[in-house]
Amino acid sequence: MPEAVAARRWRPPPLIANPWLRHGLMIGAAIYLYLAINSVPVNWPRIVMGLERGAAFVAGFLSPDFVSRYDEIFEGLLESVIMTVIATVIGIALSVPVALGAARNLAPRPVYYFCRFIIASARTFQEVIIAILFVKMFGFGVLAGVATISFATIGFMAKLLAEDIEAIEPSQAEAVRATGASWLQWLNFGIQPQVLPRFIGLSLYRVDINFRESAVVGIVGAGGIGATLKTAFDRYEYGVAAAILILIIAIVMACEYSSSWIRRRVQ
Amino acid sequence: MLALEGLEKRYRTGDLALKGVSLEVPAGQVMALIGPSGAGKSTLIRCVNRLIEPTGGRVLLKGQDMTALSARGLRRARRRIGMIFQEYALIERLTVMENVLSGRLGYVGFWSSWFRRFPQADIDAAFGLLDRVGLTPFVDKRADALSGGQRQRVGICRALIQNPDLLLIDEPTASLDPKTSRQIMRLIVELCTERGLAAIINIHDVALAQQFAQRIVGLRLGEVVFDGPPSRLDAGVLTEIYGEEDWSQTVRHASEEGGEDDDEALDPARLAANA
Repeated sequence: MPEAVAARRWRPPPLIANPWLRHGLMIGAAIYLYLAINSVPVNWPRIVMGLERGAAFVAGFLSPDFVSRYDEIFEGLLESVIMTVIATVIGIALSVPVALGAARNLAPRPVYYFCRFIIASARTFQEVIIAILFVKMFGFGVLAGVATISFATIGFMAKLLAEDIEAIEPSQAEAVRATGASWLQWLNFGIQPQVLPRFIGLSLYRVDINFRESAVVGIVGAGGIGATLKTAFDRYEYGVAAAILILIIAIVMACEYSSSWIRRRVQ
Repeated sequence: MLALEGLEKRYRTGDLALKGVSLEVPAGQVMALIGPSGAGKSTLIRCVNRLIEPTGGRVLLKGQDMTALSARGLRRARRRIGMIFQEYALIERLTVMENVLSGRLGYVGFWSSWFRRFPQADIDAAFGLLDRVGLTPFVDKRADALSGGQRQRVGICRALIQNPDLLLIDEPTASLDPKTSRQIMRLIVELCTERGLAAIINIHDVALAQQFAQRIVGLRLGEVVFDGPPSRLDAGVLTEIYGEEDWSQTVRHASEEGGEDDDEALDPARLAANA
C-alpha cells in the first residue's frame, strides 16, 4: 500500500518577506494615523454655528441672480474665454519644442535635463501660486492670467507629449532616417504621425482644464470670471456668485462633452 | 560596388558584435547573410549606412568611404542605399503613397515634404512602382490597413524609389507566411536583376536564402565563417555557422531543387519548419 503523502500547504508569498518589518510597518502606520486624527482641532460649537451660514450660502444658490450684475458677469466670462483661447494656443505652441527636448530618445543629455527642468518647474507649483507671481510681475488683469495658464499648459502638454514620443515605435523612425531625410523631415515623418492622435487629444483636454483654471486664477487678481466671482463673495451676493458658478459649470460641461466627442473621433 | 574593410563594432556594453568583417559585394549581386541570432547580421547592415556607427574599419560604397562622411554627406549617401525592414517599419498612420514618397525625403526640401508637394516625377515613379507590385488600388489606404505581404511590398517601393545602388534588407520575411515569403523574395530578386542592384539580405530561413541568393555569407559571433555559392552549403557548413544540429532535411532540399522555386512543390516538412 502506498504511503500517504502529507498534503503540501501553499500560501501566496507576502509582499514584504520579513515578518518583523511587515508587522512593524502596519502597527507604525496605525499609530501615526491615530495621532494625526487627534491633532486636528475640532471646534464643535463653531461648526454648529457655521451650519446656519452654510445654509444661507446654499439658499443663495437656489435663487441664482443672473440679472442684477449681468454686465460684470458677461464681461468676466468673455475675458475668461479670451484668456483660455490665447493661453491654450501659446502654451501648446511652446510645449512642442519643450516636449521634443524632454524626450530621452531624441534630445542630447544637456537639452533633456534643461527641458525636464522647465517641465518640473511648471508642474511643481499650483496655478494659483504661479498666478500670484505673475500678478506681481505684470499687475492685475488678463495678461497675468494668460501667462499663468500658458505656463501651466507647457508643463502639462510637454510632459505627456514627451512620454508619448518616448513610446514611439523606433523602427518607423529608423526607416525614415535610412532614406537620407533631414532632421526636420525625420520629425515630420518618423515621429509626428505616431504621436499626433495623442497630441490632439491632450490639446482638447487642455482647453477645458484651462477654462476652469481661468476662473480660479481670477480670484487672485489675474483677470477673468474669477475676479467677478470674488467680488460677488466679498459683497455677500450669494445669488450672483451662484449665477456665476452655474455658468462656469455649464461652460465646462459643454467643453468637456464636445472635446471628448472630438477625441473619440481622432483616436 | 560595396566593400567592407575590417568592419568592427563594439557596443558600449563592451560586446564585440563585429570582429573585423571584410567583404566585397559587386554590382548586381544578391547576397544572403545567414547566421544565428546575435551573430551580428543586423549590426552589419546597419553599419553600412551608419544607422549604427561602426567603431572600426571602413565601408566603401562606390569608392566613397561612408565612415568618413559628415552628417550632411551621410544623408546624401544614404539616399543611394535603400533599406527594407523586418516587420516592414512603415509609417503606420500615413497612406501607402506617403510611405512610398518618404523614400524621396533625401531629395526634396523640408517644406515640400511638409505639405506633401512632391515633384511630379517622384509621383510618377511612385505610381510606376505601385503598379509593378500591384498596389495601385491602395494608394490612399493607411499603411496599417494592409496585410503583411502588401505592407512589405510598400516597403520595397519605398526603398526602390530612392533610386538606390544598394539594398540593405533585414529579415524581409520574418513575419510572413511561407508562400508570401517566397513571393516577396522573388519580387526582391527580380527587381534587383531588373535594376542591376546589389543587395545584402539578412535572413534566418536557410532554405529561402539558398533558393533566392546568388551568394551566401555565414556570420557567426561577428566573424565570416562561410562565403560561397548556395550549392556549397552543406551540413558541415551549417554546423560551422549555427552549431551542431541535424541538417540533413535542410540541405537535402537544396540539392534537389537546384535553386528552382515553385510554390506548389513545397515540402510539408519545410512548411512546418517555417511555421
